[in-house]
Amino acid sequence: MELLPALARWIHFLAGITWVGLLYYFNLVQMPALKDAAADGTAAGITKHVAPRALFWFRWSALVTWLAGAALLGAGFTAAFTLQPEMAPIGIGAWLGTIMLLNVWGLIWPNQKKILGIKPATDEEKNKARRIAFLASRTNMMLSIPMLFFMAGGLSHRALFGF
Amino acid sequence: MKNPLDSIPGTIVSGLILTIVLYFFLKNFILAGV
Repeated sequence: MELLPALARWIHFLAGITWVGLLYYFNLVQMPALKDAAADGTAAGITKHVAPRALFWFRWSALVTWLAGAALLGAGFTAAFTLQPEMAPIGIGAWLGTIMLLNVWGLIWPNQKKILGIKPATDEEKNKARRIAFLASRTNMMLSIPMLFFMAGGLSHRALFGF
Repeated sequence: MKNPLDSIPGTIVSGLILTIVLYFFLKNFILAGV
């Protein structure tokens, strides 16, 4: 049955573009914009109306990307995660993507809830949450570079890896 | 020492270095006998 892998690949790409696109938006656009907006007192527009919506699509697209990726690996799931030679390049990508997903749900989202006031927090807790969320987001941006190299290789990478 | 993740160029350079490290790890350790 070829329909399931085809659908899984399509959903994996759609959700992955949404996830990584928003990750780059946060790092390249929203973070520097918030710094400037805080200086002229207009940050509330971003933190109240933009960030919660962006975070909603960000965290759920991350989960859908991972689930569709797992479905796409199918019977090769264990071989990929145990880095069996024939699945090792995609396995490295899968590990990096998994670490990124855990960062989203375990570090970025819980800390963003404090920053945005969704979860009550003192100013000190908010400052700490800001630094943790920032570093987790930057870590994911850094990991996305090798993740995309190993994930999006396809046939062109056969020559690079020598098989 | 400054954290490279505090800047965008530092983040990108770190990602590129990690890509190279993982590439050689894969080629020389995981795929060495293939």
